[in-house]
Amino acid sequence: MKVALVGNPNSGKTSIFNHLTGLNQRVGNYPGITVDKKTGVFRYHDNPPITLIDLPGIYSLYPKSRDEEVVLQVLSSKEGEDYPDMVIVVVDASNLERNMLLFTQVYDLGLPTILVLNMVDVARKNGITINHEKIRELFHGTPVFQVIARTGEGMEAVKEEIVKPRAAKVVIPFLEGEFIDCQPATDETEVQKNYVEERYRKIRQYLGFAVKKETIPSSMAEKHRKADKILTHPVFGYLFFVAILFMIFQAIYAWAEWPMDLIDTIFLSLSQLAKESLPDGVFTRLLAEGIIPGLGGVLIFIPQIALLFTFIFILEETGYMSRVVFIMDRLMRPFGLNGKSVVPLISGVACAIPAVMATRTIDNWKERLITIMVTPLMSCSARLPVYTLLIALVIPDEYVGPFNLKGLALMGLYLIGLFASLLAALVFKWIVKSKQKSFLVMELPLYKMPRWNSLVITIWEKIRLFVFEAGKIIMAISIILWVLASYGPGDRMNTAVAKLDKPQTQEGYEAYEKQVASVRLANSYIGIIGKSIEPAIAPLGYNWQIGIALVTSFAAREVFVGSMATIYSVGEDFEENATLMVRMRNEKHPGTGLPVYTLATGISLMLFYAFAMQCMSTLAIVLRETKSWKWPAIQLLYMTTLAYLFAWLAFTLLK
Amino acid sequence: MATVKSISINSLSPKLLDMGLFPGKEIRVVFKAPFGDPIAVDVEGYILSLRKDEASLVEVA
Repeated sequence: MKVALVGNPNSGKTSIFNHLTGLNQRVGNYPGITVDKKTGVFRYHDNPPITLIDLPGIYSLYPKSRDEEVVLQVLSSKEGEDYPDMVIVVVDASNLERNMLLFTQVYDLGLPTILVLNMVDVARKNGITINHEKIRELFHGTPVFQVIARTGEGMEAVKEEIVKPRAAKVVIPFLEGEFIDCQPATDETEVQKNYVEERYRKIRQYLGFAVKKETIPSSMAEKHRKADKILTHPVFGYLFFVAILFMIFQAIYAWAEWPMDLIDTIFLSLSQLAKESLPDGVFTRLLAEGIIPGLGGVLIFIPQIALLFTFIFILEETGYMSRVVFIMDRLMRPFGLNGKSVVPLISGVACAIPAVMATRTIDNWKERLITIMVTPLMSCSARLPVYTLLIALVIPDEYVGPFNLKGLALMGLYLIGLFASLLAALVFKWIVKSKQKSFLVMELPLYKMPRWNSLVITIWEKIRLFVFEAGKIIMAISIILWVLASYGPGDRMNTAVAKLDKPQTQEGYEAYEKQVASVRLANSYIGIIGKSIEPAIAPLGYNWQIGIALVTSFAAREVFVGSMATIYSVGEDFEENATLMVRMRNEKHPGTGLPVYTLATGISLMLFYAFAMQCMSTLAIVLRETKSWKWPAIQLLYMTTLAYLFAWLAFTLLK
Repeated sequence: MATVKSISINSLSPKLLDMGLFPGKEIRVVFKAPFGDPIAVDVEGYILSLRKDEASLVEVA
């Protein structure tokens, strides 16, 4: 048996879904569209398990967005695989009139329907008393329940009702003629509007019999309005938002670092362990150097994803998020974005992966797509080690007035990321076509404490989405990259290694091992690719060594530093041990004898990393979120083009 | 305080109706975003945010 859950966003529908299914949930796809299908299994005593489908939150059945299309399609296609045997409509009891619109529409589709009035505690606080028996009577015996999903109050009766056997009965529609054969009878806006207005009139009349409303002292509402006046104030509103952001990023940098280091260490030891305990061979190397580090490379994102979504959860649950959207909307609109794009964009400063995942709250597809396309231009934390190395290498330690040049350069790179994403948004606004009109008719909910019980499920869902869906692609690419970096054509690698002088002393052995790694990389397939793109990147001021690092950085940007260290056979820790810096500073062009890492090349490289899409994990998550190869391909192409152009421009002007 | 008289026909009007703005509702502007757009409207107990062009579809008496 299948049961579908339908309700307005914010009606607590998902709380009820979580309550009924616990962690027993699955995310799947509706064929051909980007809306996720959430299903779960509901078990009650000895009854056979029931499949619950959590349909997207919507306000009415008229298909204006993809979410609404999905719901109408599921509820109207009798032959469809998701066609439910019963529908549970969840409504917010404190806002009954508006919520009942969707209920009456679903009711008219003729499916067995249960009405669940959620958040009756809030309704009571607002002086609203509901006679649910009366509603039951008015809707010809439809089961009606009053619950508080947050505490679970009243849910037992709902569970019993779900498993109860039901006899088919003829439904007398609430409004005659609007839905024929489960489809809206008209697609003309004006006629639809008349139907909806007629519905509301009737709902008002019905609720007049079933709902008692006392006027309560408005002191509570006044308190909320006072908070609103401060949080949406032209000065304090923005200051408060900046302060909140500052705290969030402080926390992410402070708290994400040690679990990330831990994951890193664990996978390094695992890889070491595999190498030592298994017989040497292709399989062991694949496991120790390809699969284990690849897996580590996926899992390392979990701390940032979990932290960022915890903060987003708090912002959303408290009601503050919609105020951020409210004060930022006007600023974002000229760029083809909307107020809801702000949080994903800013999250991009930590990591583009959770940022792209956070665009789901944007209901307009065009605005969501633009946000996804431009977010990776924001300077993420993986660019920081690259910037730090290059700034230390080429920017002089001088002051312009009170400002340190190195500091200014780093700030400049972050600003470039911000402006580039806004300007790119402007271009995409022009290119991407959409029939859907942009709107921001949105509820500003009352401020409240977060419901912590759904935090775990929310975070788990995000982690699962990344690890199991995007993770597959990331694993595949990292194994390919490993093969390319570890093997070369024919005997080329071994021949090159054989040419090196064998060390005589114990001290010499370490240096020899580094040289071997360097020679192997240079003669691997990646090394050959790096060398063969040298003519293409020479105009940017790069040599083949940089070429190799550019290719390996596709795994993740920070790999640049490690690759540079391998290529130049030195230690990687450039902050404590300056060998990498000294080595890079002494690097000369073979023909001319001029230094390679000049100011021009350094700036050119920084700009390249600011713009280039050097992150397979982001591409994988963009593929997952847009469900099409087209968008990640366009993203890779346009960002690489920008990177090339700006790097070339900088090098040409500065050399 | 004002009463909604009608909602003009536009591609956005169904959205306004879905969000509970229909003839007969009592509404009141409670606060505005910086630059005066969007605005926050109290609709008999809950707050809706409306951009100016969306709000202009709502005719009040």
